[in-house]
Amino acid sequence: MRALLIAWMLLVTPAWAVQPDEILSDTVLEERARDLSKGLRCLVCRNESIDESNASLARDLRILLRERLVAGDSDQEAVDFIVERYGEYVLLNPPASGSTWLLWGAGPLMLLLAAGLGYGYLRSRSAAPAPDQTPLSPEEQARLDDILKR
Amino acid sequence: MITELGHFALILAFGVAVFQTVVPLIGAYKRWPGWMAAAEPAAGAQFALTALAFGALMWAFVTSDFSLRLVVLNSHSLKPMLYKISGTWGNHEGSMLLWVLIVSLFGAMAAWFGGNLPQSLRARVLAVQAAIGVAFYAFILFTSNPFLRLATPPFDGQDLNPLLQDPGLAFHPPFLYLGYVGLSMTFSFAVAALIEGRVDAAWGRWVRPWTLAAWIFLTIGIALGSWWAYYELGWGGFWFWDPVENASFMPWLLAAALLHSAIVVEKRESLKSWTILLAILAFGFSLIGTFIVRSGLLTSVHAFANDPERGVFILMIMAFFMGGALVLFAMRASALEAKGVFSIVSRESALLVNNVLLAVACFVVFIGTMWPLLAEMFFDRKLSVGPPFFNAAFTPFMVLLGLVLPIGSAMPWKRAQIGRALKPLRYVFVLAVTLGGLAYVIQTGRSLLGPVGMFLGAWIVMGAVVDLLGRTGRGQGRLRRLSRLPRADWGKLTAHAGLGVTMAGIAGLMAWNIDDIRAAPIGGTIEVGSYTVQLDNVERSQGPNYVATTGYVTLFQNGAEIAQLRPEKRFYPVAQMPTTEAAIDYNLLRDVYVVIGDEQDAGGWVIRTYIKPMTNWIWIGCALMALGGLLSLSDRRFRVAAGAAKRTTPVPAE
Repeated sequence: MRALLIAWMLLVTPAWAVQPDEILSDTVLEERARDLSKGLRCLVCRNESIDESNASLARDLRILLRERLVAGDSDQEAVDFIVERYGEYVLLNPPASGSTWLLWGAGPLMLLLAAGLGYGYLRSRSAAPAPDQTPLSPEEQARLDDILKR
Repeated sequence: MITELGHFALILAFGVAVFQTVVPLIGAYKRWPGWMAAAEPAAGAQFALTALAFGALMWAFVTSDFSLRLVVLNSHSLKPMLYKISGTWGNHEGSMLLWVLIVSLFGAMAAWFGGNLPQSLRARVLAVQAAIGVAFYAFILFTSNPFLRLATPPFDGQDLNPLLQDPGLAFHPPFLYLGYVGLSMTFSFAVAALIEGRVDAAWGRWVRPWTLAAWIFLTIGIALGSWWAYYELGWGGFWFWDPVENASFMPWLLAAALLHSAIVVEKRESLKSWTILLAILAFGFSLIGTFIVRSGLLTSVHAFANDPERGVFILMIMAFFMGGALVLFAMRASALEAKGVFSIVSRESALLVNNVLLAVACFVVFIGTMWPLLAEMFFDRKLSVGPPFFNAAFTPFMVLLGLVLPIGSAMPWKRAQIGRALKPLRYVFVLAVTLGGLAYVIQTGRSLLGPVGMFLGAWIVMGAVVDLLGRTGRGQGRLRRLSRLPRADWGKLTAHAGLGVTMAGIAGLMAWNIDDIRAAPIGGTIEVGSYTVQLDNVERSQGPNYVATTGYVTLFQNGAEIAQLRPEKRFYPVAQMPTTEAAIDYNLLRDVYVVIGDEQDAGGWVIRTYIKPMTNWIWIGCALMALGGLLSLSDRRFRVAAGAAKRTTPVPAE
């Protein structure tokens, strides 16, 4: 039984993320490939970059990316090459173009709005009369004068 | 038999919850004391019944009762006992049962410890809490019943997802749920206060411990999950900006904001309507989290087996509670009048800045999480929003928050002077900048992330210490006064320092991580930085419910042996899934993280080595934050307030 299990295991073990045989001998190119692959999505996985994924498609993409870099593509050209074939979906970092600027602008816009509202609130609070600073009534004033004169 | 008892108890609990929703609300409206008082025994009974149901389900898991569908799908007789127990909540149905168990637990706690609340407020809080319970009991009973039997029980089960068979993850969901559901308590308080039409300092004081408790549990839950991801997923990532992670992070951010704004309500009777809104939204984000995990709307590594019917049900629950609470808010918010007056430079304003930054940061996470969906719906674009976006869009808010934190927390209430608040901090600032500069000089040609993180960490931690020392006054007896400071002050120091430590840890890890992937033959060595990894042997062995491939690795630093590591790769035949067990040499300055991969055709084994600087700071910081929360929670003043109602003479507030 045990031998069977082990044999079974050897048959189905998956390939893990970046494999030694994929790594380029040129360390500068390899560094660039690793950086780029962290921003590309593995299309068959749930929310993993091709750098982390152990799916075979991710391996193909990693190899493709490295081939483009070795062929002399710039980072942008290599990524464009992949986006052209797999669509915008492959980019984990959506470029700020078209409707996506809304996504990138949402945070700063919200901060401006919130800061404006907050400032308005602060202004109203610092200008508001303190609730216990209502002027004294004539009787209270008379009593106060009485006390102070003693 | 026990299963049927559990099933029956759950249905009864549903009935009790309906009673607990209706009767006290009518009682509070009509001012009938008997009807209001009915909420307390009902809350206790509801909790006892739900606990019985949960116990029955756990019993079925422990005894491997394969006549239960849920047990068949998620357990196996060979599984270790710990994971049989944790298997109870390691699936959709069981986790929902845990969820209502905690809802009823919080309700019961409010009934037991809420003696100092005005009777009508207490009745309304318990009624709202029970209403949340009603919705989820119905959800469980009608769409995800855990107690369904099988006509022909199989011989054995299908095992729990092996990734979940891990101590870190066994306790991650209960803590997270305690946090999520803890926020239901602040929600109930907010809605009850809106129905009453009254929010005052006392309300702020009652709601703070619940918020604090929820926030502590969320902190621990998130930290456990992140730690698990770090050592279990095999490449040392600790945060993926996955929708489900974001779903737990958003309530955390809002709970942190709520914690701070409730202080303003308690001490200064201002920011009332904002605090109420935050309390509603914080629980709303908990519900959104539940929806994301269980509807399958967003793809995520964590998704439960999910189906649309459940998603629609949760969406309805969410629409009912959020819609109802927000309408109530719109009707009543204008009645919540602020009393405190303060100048633009004051602690009140500083806490407002904290709230703005946390809430906007939460909004950024929210929009990033939902964007793929929105883009597809409205712009017909199919795109991904991943870690690079969140790192770029979220981090600036945290940097800003870190920058203003020590300054804000040094400011006095009502009216402050920037100059006076900054004065004790100038040495801290110089020291922190020096430290950041030092980090910049030591590293060469890398991003600014590391130095900025070091600066922020030092600035926040030392700023918190200086703040505490500043409270002891001058001259003789400072040490004595230090020991007499209220626990809440120590809690503030500890939690803020924890945030600084975590920020430094995250920046250090992300900026200075080194990885290396190579194949080594048995007996071969790999050089990574000043470390040498030597693969001595590889063995295969049989675990209780898996087969393992274990690497025997010796780690040397500058030629001297420093550790024996056993990275492992496991295969779970029943679930047909492999897992990696990384071997980590922990250290305060760095982790050496070794993973064994496949045997190569050309001979040798793939060895991945990562040098991860300052990783443990992340979790030490989280532990400090949770500890700070606990210290604050144990502050005498909360208990004084609790006892005040029982005495005839009022206790002066400090």
